[in-house]
Amino acid sequence: MSAENRRQKAEHIRNLLETEGDSVQQNTRVFNEGRYESTAKLDDYERLKDEARAIKEDAIERLPELVDEVTEAVEANGGTVYLADDAADANRYITEVVDGRTAVKSKSMTSEEIEVNEALEADGADVWETDLAEFVLQIADEAPSHIVAPAIHKSREEIADLFEEVFDPEDPPETAEELTRFAREHLGEKIRDADVGMTGANFVTADTGSLALVTSEGNARKCVQATDTHVAVAGVEKVIPSVEDLQPFVELIGRSGTGQDITSYVSLFTPPTDSPTFGDEALESGDGRDFHLVLIDNGRMEMRDDDQLRETLYCIRCSACANSCANFQHVGGHAFGGETYSGGIATGWEAGVHGEDSAAEFNDLCTGCSRCVNQCPVKIDIPWINTVVRDRINRGKDGDLDFLVEGLTPDEDPGGVDLQKRLFGNFDTLAKLGSAFAPLSNWVAGAGPARSVLERTLGVDSRRELPEFERESLVDWFADRGSRVDPDAARERVALYPDAYTNYVRTERGKAAVRVLEALDVHVDVPAAGESGRAPLSQGMVATARSNAEGVYDALAPAVAADRDVVVIEPSDLAMFHREYERLLPTEEYEALRGNSYEVMEYVYGLLENGADLGALPGGDGERVAYHSHCQQRTLDLEPYTTAVLDDAGFDVATSDVECCGMAGSFGYKSEYYDLSVDVGETLADQFTTDETADRTVVASGTSCLEQLDALLTRRPAHPVRLLDARRDRR
Amino acid sequence: MSAESIATFESSLDEVGVECVRTTAGGFESTLAPLLDDPAVGAPLPFDGVSLPESVNADPTVAELEAAATGVTAAGYGIADYGSVVIQGGAAGEEPVSLYADEHVAVVGADDVLPDMDAAFDRLAADVREGAGQSIIATGPSATADMGALVKGAHGPMDVTVVLLEDR
Repeated sequence: MSAENRRQKAEHIRNLLETEGDSVQQNTRVFNEGRYESTAKLDDYERLKDEARAIKEDAIERLPELVDEVTEAVEANGGTVYLADDAADANRYITEVVDGRTAVKSKSMTSEEIEVNEALEADGADVWETDLAEFVLQIADEAPSHIVAPAIHKSREEIADLFEEVFDPEDPPETAEELTRFAREHLGEKIRDADVGMTGANFVTADTGSLALVTSEGNARKCVQATDTHVAVAGVEKVIPSVEDLQPFVELIGRSGTGQDITSYVSLFTPPTDSPTFGDEALESGDGRDFHLVLIDNGRMEMRDDDQLRETLYCIRCSACANSCANFQHVGGHAFGGETYSGGIATGWEAGVHGEDSAAEFNDLCTGCSRCVNQCPVKIDIPWINTVVRDRINRGKDGDLDFLVEGLTPDEDPGGVDLQKRLFGNFDTLAKLGSAFAPLSNWVAGAGPARSVLERTLGVDSRRELPEFERESLVDWFADRGSRVDPDAARERVALYPDAYTNYVRTERGKAAVRVLEALDVHVDVPAAGESGRAPLSQGMVATARSNAEGVYDALAPAVAADRDVVVIEPSDLAMFHREYERLLPTEEYEALRGNSYEVMEYVYGLLENGADLGALPGGDGERVAYHSHCQQRTLDLEPYTTAVLDDAGFDVATSDVECCGMAGSFGYKSEYYDLSVDVGETLADQFTTDETADRTVVASGTSCLEQLDALLTRRPAHPVRLLDARRDRR
Repeated sequence: MSAESIATFESSLDEVGVECVRTTAGGFESTLAPLLDDPAVGAPLPFDGVSLPESVNADPTVAELEAAATGVTAAGYGIADYGSVVIQGGAAGEEPVSLYADEHVAVVGADDVLPDMDAAFDRLAADVREGAGQSIIATGPSATADMGALVKGAHGPMDVTVVLLEDR
C-alpha cells in the first residue's frame, strides 16, 4: 500500500470515528452485553451451538440434494422455485415476476447483495423498504452498516432531521415513538397498496418448503399477508433439512444478534399462504396467492468446494461477530464492510460472492483477537477465514513471480506481499537484529529521521513508541544463569517458551516467570525456540507462520516427548499452540503441544492447587491492582486463573470488561489504523482511570495490551507474574 | 398441561411485558370484556363453549382492520419457557387480526401450553406437515430500536394480552 493510500484510509477511518462512531458504539455494546446476559441464561448453550453447527455442516454437505428436495416441496405446495446463478440472473427473474407492479420489502441482506431494488426500479416498479431501519437508509440513499440493525450508525436526531427534510411534515416527529409512528403510517399506506411482497428467508426447510423469518417489527408478516404475490429471495445456503432443525437456531439467533431471548416474531410460512389479502375495501381470500422462491448461488457453490471458505456458509447472519468486535464497535460497518456484508464474517462473504478485491478493502480491520470465536452460534473460526483471505490477497495476481524480492527476505511468502506486512510478519528476525545491535538499534530506530522514513516507506506510525530491544535475550540470560532448582528434587520440570517479545523486548517478565516458578519448586528450562508464527499469521503470511510453527515444535519437542509441561507467557502464543497450530502442524504434534502447554498464571494456579506453597511467593498485602486480560486468553477462558491466583495471594483485583485493548499486535503500529487503535484503547483506559481504579497498579497479560496501556496511561503496566516475583521493585 | 408449565408461562409472559388472564369457558365473556377497547375485531375462536362477543367485528373491512384498537384471535399453543404464543393463521383471518390492531388478545387453552421449544417444534412440524400454512411464534408486542430508542408497536401491536382458558 502506498503512503498516499494509507493516508486516505486513515482519513476515512477518522471521519467515521467522528460521524458514526458514537452511535455504532452505543448500539453494538448494548447488543453485545445483551448477548452475554441472554446466553448465560441458557443451561445448554454449548450443546445448542454444537447442534446448530452440526445441522449446517450436514446441510451444506448435502446441499444439492436438499435444493432438489425443497424444489419438490414448494412445487407440491403450488409455488415456484427459481435457482439463480448470479445477481443478474436473479434480478431478471424477479423483474419478470414483479412486472412493473409496486413491491413492499422486508429486510433481506441477500436482496442487498443482488441489488434487486435498482433492477426493479429500472424496470419501472416502485419498491419500498418496510423495515424501519431499511426505510431510513432508502430515503437517505445509504447502504446498511450492520447486517441486523442496518441504520445503527444513525442517531435519533439525524433520523428526525432526515424525515423533516424528505417529508416536510406539518408537525415534525422528534421522539423515537413519534418517528416510529410516522414511519409506520407512511409505510402502512405503501403496504396496503402494494401488489408484491418481497422477503428474505433466515432458513428454508427442505422437507416442507417452509420459510422461517426472524423479525421484531411485524413488517415481514404484513408484506406477505397484504399482497397477492410473494417473492422470497435467499442464498442457497439457507436450506436446512427439516422443520425440527429450526429449533436450535430459533433459540440462538436473537440472543446472538441483539441479546433478545427471542425476537418478537419467528414466522414459519409454508407458502403460498391462505391468509386473507387486501381487496379495495374488503378482505379477500388469499387462496390465489402466487409464490416464488428465488434461491441464489452467486458464488456459494464455489465456496462450498473451497475447504477454507466453506464454513462461511454456516453463517446465520446474526451479527454476533460484528457486535463483539472492538474495532467494529468503534468504527462500524461503513469501514468494516465490502459491497454488502460487514463485520467479522464479512470477509468470507465478500470474498465468496463479490471476490477478493471487495474483501481486501476491510480485511485488515480484523486483528485476529478472536473475541468473536466463542460468540458465533455456529462456531465458525472467523479469524482463520480472515487470515486465509488475507493470505490470498497477499499472493495477489503477480505475487508468485516476484522471485527477486522473495529471495532476499527471510520468510516463506511470495514477493507480492506488502512491505509493511512483511516487516511485521518478520518480527522475529527484526527482534534478533535489534537485540544484537542494542542499544544502538533502539537509538537509530527512535531517532526522528528514521521514524519518518519508517512512516513513509512502511507505514509505521511515528506517534507509536517502538519496542526497545534488550541487548541480552532471555534465552542468553538463562543460559548464563542456569537453573536454580535441582531437577531430581523438583516438584515439576517445565520448558518456559521464550516468545520473541519476552526474549528480546520484555525480558523482565520472562525472568520474573522463571523466578516465580522456581520459588514454587519447579525446575525450568528455557529452550531457544523462535517466534510462534503469530506475527506472520497476523499479516496473512500463512506459509511463514507454518514454517515458524514447525521450528517451535522442533525446539519444544524434546520437552514434550519427556512429558514435561510447556509454560507460555504470551497469551497470543498460547492461543497459537491451542488453536491455530491445528491448521499448521501435523495432528499428532498439534495435540501433543496443546495437551502440554499452559499459560503461566494458569500453571501457577495448578501448582498451588496441587500443594505448592503460596507462602513461598510475596503476598499482595491488599495491594490494589487493575488487571486487563488478553483477548485470546479470554477466548480460551484463562482469565479466571490470573484473578484467582492474585486474589489468593492477597491482591485486591479489579478487571476490565472491554472486548479488546485495540492494539492487537502490529495493528496499532500501522499508520492507517493508529487512530482507530487509540480510540479503541481509550475505552479500556477509561475503565482504568475511574475513581475506583485510577490509583491501582496496572497489570496486563499480553504484550500488545501492555504497549497500548503504556501509551494511554501515566502508570507503567506490567505482566501479572511480576507481582508474584520476590525481586519485584517496590516503589 | 402441568401446573409448572402454566406458572413458567405466566412468569415468562410477565418478563416480555404481556398480561396473562386466567379464565374458563363460562367466565370467558366477562374476562374478555374489560380487555376490549373499541373498535374491536376478531377471528372465530375454535374452543367449545367459547365465542366472540357481539361487540367484536368478526368480518372487518380493510379500513376497519386498520382502525381497530383490539384484535382477538386464538393461538394454537403457548411456549412456557419463552412466554410465546403460536398464532396459526389461516383463511379465517388470524394473521391480519393479530397484526393490525393496537392490542392483540390471544386466547390459549391451558392444555396447549407446552414447556419449551423442543415440545413446540414437535407440534409445529406435525402441523406444517398436516398443511398449516403459517405459524407465527409471537413473543411480546412488536418492537423496534431503529429510531434511537426501544419503541413498542412498530408495524404490529404495541400491547399483547393472553387469555388462558383453564378448563381445557
